[in-house]
Amino acid sequence: MLGGALTPADGAALLFWGVVREQNDGRAVSQLEYSAYGPMAQREMLRIADEARARFGTGAIHVVHRVGRLEIGEASVAIAVASPHRGEAYEASRYVIEQLKQRVPVWKREGYLDGHAEWVPGFAPAVEAAR
Amino acid sequence: MIVRSLFFATYRDMAGHDELAVELPSGARVADLVGSLRARGGGLARLPDSPVVAVNMDYAPLATELADGDEVAFIPPVAGG
Repeated sequence: MLGGALTPADGAALLFWGVVREQNDGRAVSQLEYSAYGPMAQREMLRIADEARARFGTGAIHVVHRVGRLEIGEASVAIAVASPHRGEAYEASRYVIEQLKQRVPVWKREGYLDGHAEWVPGFAPAVEAAR
Repeated sequence: MIVRSLFFATYRDMAGHDELAVELPSGARVADLVGSLRARGGGLARLPDSPVVAVNMDYAPLATELADGDEVAFIPPVAGG
């Protein structure tokens, strides 16, 4: 994924993984299941990557979010940023993950060790006044 | 006109379906669709009166006017990452 983003103009390549962890809000998680509004999620991730490139002047940014059942320790999201310099790469990577969490239509259902499963509360995306 | 309503996550659980075709008078807005769905009763009565929606994959305010064939997705709080 990183190699695919790099060009000869880049001096930095940064890979971020979001990973399923064993606890959330103090409850023991046994597994997670992600679902998405797939076509819109892809569009929104492309938009966010475009915004980050324009804002921070990086090279290519690739974003992948998995759906379906994931186990502890597996990556749910990966963000690869290529950039001429490292500073912009770190900023762009941070921007992408924060925006993704607020806007991309993905949901997660956590299964707990006690057998219960719940949709994880998330962020209500901001809707601009004019379409 | 007919619009396609899509439901995800908690809203899907409320609706009991992934999607529903809804007939609306021409000129109807997103808010009218929300009202019509809530009035059906059952689980949909628990849909918030100002939910976040996307019309044809763009987040859109409740005042957005709908057109025949539009796809209106009801988006509960998102939790990716």
